[in-house]
Amino acid sequence: MTASLSASRAAKLGGLALVGALAVTGCNADSNTASTTGSKISCATGSLKGAGSTFQKNIVAQWIKDYSAACKGANLDYQGIGSGAGIKQFGSGTIDFAGSDSTMKDDEQKAADTQCGSPALHLPITAGGIAIAYNLPSVTDLQLSPSTIAGIFQGTVKTWDAQAVKDDNPGTTLPSTAITAVHRDDSSGTTSVFSKFLDATAKADWKLGTGKELKWPASIQGAAKSDGVTQAVAAAEGGVTYVEQSFVETGGLHAAKVKNGAGEFTALTTASVTSALAGATLPGTGNDLKVGYDFTAATAGAYPITAVSYEIVCSTAKDATKQALLKSFLTYAAGKGQDSAAAAGFAPLPSTMATRVQTVIKALA
Amino acid sequence: MSARRRPDRAFIALTSSASVVMVATIVAIGVFLVVQAVPSLQDNTTSFLTTKQFLPEADHPSFGVAVLVTGTVLTSLLAMVLAVPVALGVAVFVTQYAPRRLAGLFGGLVDLLAAVPSVVYGLWGLAFLNKHLQPFNAGVHEHLGWFPLFGDTGGRYSKSILLAGLVLAIMVLPIIAALAREVMLQVPTSQTEGALALGATRWESIRLAVLPPSWPGITSAIMLGLGRALGETIAVALVLGTTPALTARILGPGGNTIAANIAAKFGEYAQAGRGALVATGLVLFVMTFAVNALARGIVIRSARRRLA
Repeated sequence: MTASLSASRAAKLGGLALVGALAVTGCNADSNTASTTGSKISCATGSLKGAGSTFQKNIVAQWIKDYSAACKGANLDYQGIGSGAGIKQFGSGTIDFAGSDSTMKDDEQKAADTQCGSPALHLPITAGGIAIAYNLPSVTDLQLSPSTIAGIFQGTVKTWDAQAVKDDNPGTTLPSTAITAVHRDDSSGTTSVFSKFLDATAKADWKLGTGKELKWPASIQGAAKSDGVTQAVAAAEGGVTYVEQSFVETGGLHAAKVKNGAGEFTALTTASVTSALAGATLPGTGNDLKVGYDFTAATAGAYPITAVSYEIVCSTAKDATKQALLKSFLTYAAGKGQDSAAAAGFAPLPSTMATRVQTVIKALA
Repeated sequence: MSARRRPDRAFIALTSSASVVMVATIVAIGVFLVVQAVPSLQDNTTSFLTTKQFLPEADHPSFGVAVLVTGTVLTSLLAMVLAVPVALGVAVFVTQYAPRRLAGLFGGLVDLLAAVPSVVYGLWGLAFLNKHLQPFNAGVHEHLGWFPLFGDTGGRYSKSILLAGLVLAIMVLPIIAALAREVMLQVPTSQTEGALALGATRWESIRLAVLPPSWPGITSAIMLGLGRALGETIAVALVLGTTPALTARILGPGGNTIAANIAAKFGEYAQAGRGALVATGLVLFVMTFAVNALARGIVIRSARRRLA
């Protein structure tokens, strides 16, 4: 039994490595073409370059694949180089759109506006939950409250049978295994969302502040990239990390149910992320759609550690041909493309938000 | 006369310009590193040499090489301690003991190890070796925990410093073994045969006739291996669990190395962070220079002693 278990774990690790290798070469192994039919896309031609957020890389790659399959003569490219780097490249005019997990800072907005010659806009395009992924073979339905998560990732909750974990899991037998908490060692938007979540929901317990890099205590170990933290947790019984939903399964891990603002322990699913976003707000007027999301909102059925990812585009671009292709591509992404979200580990935007995004895309020139 | 000297001159020009380019490249790398590093170093709010954290892109940048340098040295030394005896054993066996055909096969296999890309070692170390090393680490701590190197790691044994040292050891082993073997093959057989004729045992002949003239070469081999261990990037980045702490408890995760830190963080960093990483690269540059200088010093000294 244990032998077969560990064999499957090894196979999953191997698969993880393979996925990493494929991601590097830009291929996408899972062919999810069922959701698209060519006739529904109004095609445009030309070439378009985007770069930025690694968070949205997989879903954008899927969109590009499906769009290119339907539209001959369209040549699209997206590089996952990190949100900050993407915004910088957009501001210096080397790419046509940027992907970002956070809104631009004032100086970045200024650079982007200048480069566009018109206001640069934020368009929410996809969303995803950040899982608390753990490796405990005997526990499959772990529940965690924000303050317990804060304790685990600051080294104050040291074992899985500590009182704080017990209090979150009445009736569950917890092992006395030491907790091996793993964080992203590289500067990461995931760390930023995770720390903002804890800063908002466990204010009293979370001392590390917010940011893409934190001053972690010495008992929390780091690993590079989402692949790295997933592998580190898969390799150590008692391991736990925060990582994008799609990595939970590739690593053969479980995701904990997290307590939301309504006091429910909610599992991370496509539906629970979409419901979390249903409680988010958009600006009443204007085309710059910065999403206001409250981690503490008491939305029933909502998974709280949810992040929105944006495309940053020029409201009026200098190159009309490219802008036509961008409009066509984004119309597809925000419309039919949302159907491919779940398979790629993302959540579709709630329909009200998607409609609003489509209105802004129509107004691009 | 002049017909013979013209090609000579051309050849001299060719070789000397090649060496000038070589030196100029190294100088250019040094200058590049300094130029890139200086702005970030000026913004650093804490000491570059003693700070343990590495947060160059924070509002108040604070980063240092204390953990990175000690981690680099610790994992590399661990690798050398594990690899050198085995590598020398392999070299002695292949050149002195093994039958010719077996020696060829054995030597070829060791050379093959050197051709495996480091990412393969890293993935193997993480997916396979790590799992099997954890119970070993736990056992060693339980029985020999009083020894400082095997001290308490909070029950965490995955992705340990020892694992990093072990993977590095396997990576540098073929380099040291192959070079040491070549050096030992240079020893004239008449010397070993002479020793044997005088009644020395096999081991005595190796100790008296083979090892002493080989030491300078073996030293160079070890230093080359150390150079690879110091600069190894992706394998360490994969297998070592990093923490911003000075620790010598090798059974658990801890510390970090300069090269692995650069590999992990370069992609997402902007200007300030990259400058900080380049500054750490400069430190590694100086460290490898020092190692090389040390090796040359040892080789020259022992060569002189042999002549004297």
